[in-house]
Amino acid sequence: MPIPTVYYLVVAAALFIIGTIGVVTRRNVVIILMSIELILNAVNLNLVAFSQLYGLHGQVFSIFVMTDAAAEAAVGLGILIAFFRNKETVNVDEIDLLKW
Amino acid sequence: MTPLATMLMNALPMLALFQTDMEPVAPRFFFYMLSGIALVSAIMVITRKNPVHSAISLIFTLLSLAGLYLMLYAPFVAGVQIILYAGGIMVLFLFVIMLVNLERNLKEEQFNRQWVVGILATLSLAALVAYVYVKGKSVFPDRVAQLPESLNVQQIAIGLYQNYMLPFEIASLLLLVAIVGAVVMAKKRI
Repeated sequence: MPIPTVYYLVVAAALFIIGTIGVVTRRNVVIILMSIELILNAVNLNLVAFSQLYGLHGQVFSIFVMTDAAAEAAVGLGILIAFFRNKETVNVDEIDLLKW
Repeated sequence: MTPLATMLMNALPMLALFQTDMEPVAPRFFFYMLSGIALVSAIMVITRKNPVHSAISLIFTLLSLAGLYLMLYAPFVAGVQIILYAGGIMVLFLFVIMLVNLERNLKEEQFNRQWVVGILATLSLAALVAYVYVKGKSVFPDRVAQLPESLNVQQIAIGLYQNYMLPFEIASLLLLVAIVGAVVMAKKRI
């Protein structure tokens, strides 16, 4: 007896909610980037779960999502290092150089 | 032909029959265990004070998600998940944590001032999703069609190189831009 698809969707939704809470409430930029990875993983789980019903396109697309996650992590952490060198902080509410 | 080989040859059809008849071992138990580990360590990611602990919890989430992909008959995506996420992205995260980790950071307030509003807004989103899933539960079919697992990699390769050729090339360009961008950002002076 296989697991119904909606179970996987519920797990993915819970992961998405947890990741969103992390993005909205934390101050540390590194943990915010990790929460974004959680959100992307929730989307991937949805895509792979639906690929069982509608062919393999979902799995192909989830590989594209992983590519985007890698690029996003590299650029985001690069920005973080550049910022940390100038201001010695990793808290988002102290990153306000554009607010002069 | 040696006796052992003939014995194996005779045993092969029986073995194949045995394998096709075999049900996966307690799929429900594995599903609940893997999703439980994934959710608990996801909560640990967003509540730990030390970013290194968060990163290690995130590795547990990623590995159990790879297990869920295996349960969904997607072995290639599970392998890519382990190699790329748990092996590549998390190493990058740990390196950056070691570069930017401050002792005084652990003593500071970890949650920002509007965290109550944030959690309330997110929980309303959760209520919306739960409503949709409870109402539309019958839309999703219960029994899923299982794809042949042995063809998974070939099928994905055909998808990537035939149907999604242009997005694939655009993804490679995106990675190139990300490499250049990361180097430019992290370099001291250009």
